[in-house]
Amino acid sequence: MNLVIHIAWTHVRHRLRQTLVGTLGIATGVGFSIMMASLMVGSQRDFITTLVDTLPHVSVKDEQRHVPRQPAEDAYAAAAISGLRPEELRPGLKNPLALIAALEAWVPGAVAPSVTTRAIVRYAGRDMSATILGIDPKREPKVSSLPKNMRIGSLELLNSIPNGIIVGDGLLAKLGLKPGTTVALIPVSGTPLDARIAGVFHSGVKAVDEGQIYTLTRTAQILAGQTGLINEIRVHLDDAMESRTIAQLIEAQVGYKSLSWQEANEDLMSAFMVRNVIMFTVVGAILLVASFGTYNIVSTITHEKTRDIAIMKALGLPRKTVRRIFVLEALMIGLFGAVLGSIFGYFMTWGLSLVEIRTPFADATSLPVIYSGWHYLGASAVAMASSIIAGFLPARKAAAVYPVDIIRGAT
Amino acid sequence: MSDSPIITARGVTRVLPGPVPVTLVDGIDLTIEEGGMVAITGPSGSGKSSLLYLLGLLDAPTAGDVLVSGQSTARLDEDARARLRLTSLGFVFQFHFLLPEFSALENVMLPMRALAAMPERRMREHAAGLLERLGLAGHLQKTPDKLSGGQRQRVAIARSLANTPRVILADEPTGNLDSASTAQVLAIFRELVAAHDTTIVMVTHDLNLAAAADHRIHVVDGRLAPVPAG
Repeated sequence: MNLVIHIAWTHVRHRLRQTLVGTLGIATGVGFSIMMASLMVGSQRDFITTLVDTLPHVSVKDEQRHVPRQPAEDAYAAAAISGLRPEELRPGLKNPLALIAALEAWVPGAVAPSVTTRAIVRYAGRDMSATILGIDPKREPKVSSLPKNMRIGSLELLNSIPNGIIVGDGLLAKLGLKPGTTVALIPVSGTPLDARIAGVFHSGVKAVDEGQIYTLTRTAQILAGQTGLINEIRVHLDDAMESRTIAQLIEAQVGYKSLSWQEANEDLMSAFMVRNVIMFTVVGAILLVASFGTYNIVSTITHEKTRDIAIMKALGLPRKTVRRIFVLEALMIGLFGAVLGSIFGYFMTWGLSLVEIRTPFADATSLPVIYSGWHYLGASAVAMASSIIAGFLPARKAAAVYPVDIIRGAT
Repeated sequence: MSDSPIITARGVTRVLPGPVPVTLVDGIDLTIEEGGMVAITGPSGSGKSSLLYLLGLLDAPTAGDVLVSGQSTARLDEDARARLRLTSLGFVFQFHFLLPEFSALENVMLPMRALAAMPERRMREHAAGLLERLGLAGHLQKTPDKLSGGQRQRVAIARSLANTPRVILADEPTGNLDSASTAQVLAIFRELVAAHDTTIVMVTHDLNLAAAADHRIHVVDGRLAPVPAG
């Protein structure tokens, strides 16, 4: 066995209590870091997954990203124009079928047209505002998880029930509705109509379950007061994480505002970023505190071993060898701590996953955690790196021992 | 035996710095020829151990130079001096200074492992051979706390011989030993000189041990002094 490893291992083995204390300190830091990262990232990922499943990955709307210039402004560039009555644009995407065909040619995923409008749902004297989404039941399964989220009924019932609608279980509960109940839909502009509940869905996102209604495209067009209206193309990508890039490409191609799910939830994404900064700061602090323990232990060992260090140096061991011995001891403690902490972290994460809890945003029944090798690797690497740094200072001090000073003072 | 002395001291001085500087060794010139046993004697605090540490490159002189096999050591850095100690010099201290967690065999193997000049198996055989030669055949795996004072000192001697040095520097090697163990250590030293032409330089208070040496250096107040009669 290599001399450095042999001496370091012997020291660590014979200082069992100190080694154990140091190892447990690191293990606690690593374990809690893993558990915390698993919970934070798990809950974030769970929320995003629910969001991504519920919302279109990219939504092409009948809007421009910037307010369009008026024709007079283009015709008279140098003149100051005031009191113009803006040109009224007809709502909806122009030539939606051609747009869909163009997108289907290259977009890696599925594309579906829809009509989005707003209406008041009136039942038994109670009103609730809702977003009406007119869909094509044949295309819908390709772009959303609605079929999977159906609790009562199916999408096909929209074709057989006149003015059929599918509501979320949140809205159902709030208005005291039942499948088959007829409610009044009063749009902002358009024709009010009586609609019958053909099905009930549950997405897990409270805002959607309480405020979204699905119906056929033509029913939504009646509510919007415009026949043939298609004001949104929803895109479901094979890889949801590509949404931002694909949205930019679509916008460049079709000219309409194309919103990725990330952009639509920019505020949430920022909140997650802040949360991650807090998480990594806390995790770093935990590991830093654990590394102080390692520093303490290696310092104690080097202090206790001053005489042995003097002898090793007197026999001819170079400074770097002595330094390596104590850095290696710190690394060994860090390694044991990392291994033990990983096991500890795994079981704590597993224990947390058994805890039942409800959040105001989604209806997870247990704490969402993830088991990522990166968390284990990251926490272990930080623990070992901080152990090496913690061990380096006392090791350097040990290497600087002048043997004669110790030998002279020995009794 | 080579022509040049194995160790030469040229005006070696060692002053401990401080508010009141203390001169431990004051301008000593001496030569030690290869082979034989040299005793450094003197009253307590005379600087004999300090002189031994300077000759053994454990300490660096404030002024002057120590030559090992004719090679000046004045300009060597700490690691180069350590390397020279590892390859050419062996040390035996009054308090054996064995590493407590290691067995007798491992203690003897330590300088060999540091030098890494032979495979592990050969190191083990060589270390075991040294310990057996010193009458410790049955104690190879014992840690120092399981050995008597004389046995520990013999392990320390075996360790000093690990890399087959040309010089062994011993600081009060029998200072903590009973007369039987002292006689044993002396016999070992004699055998080393006779069989391997090793040079033994030892600091001792023991006049009998000093009398047994081939040469004697007497130090008083950090300077060489005439060897007292009797």
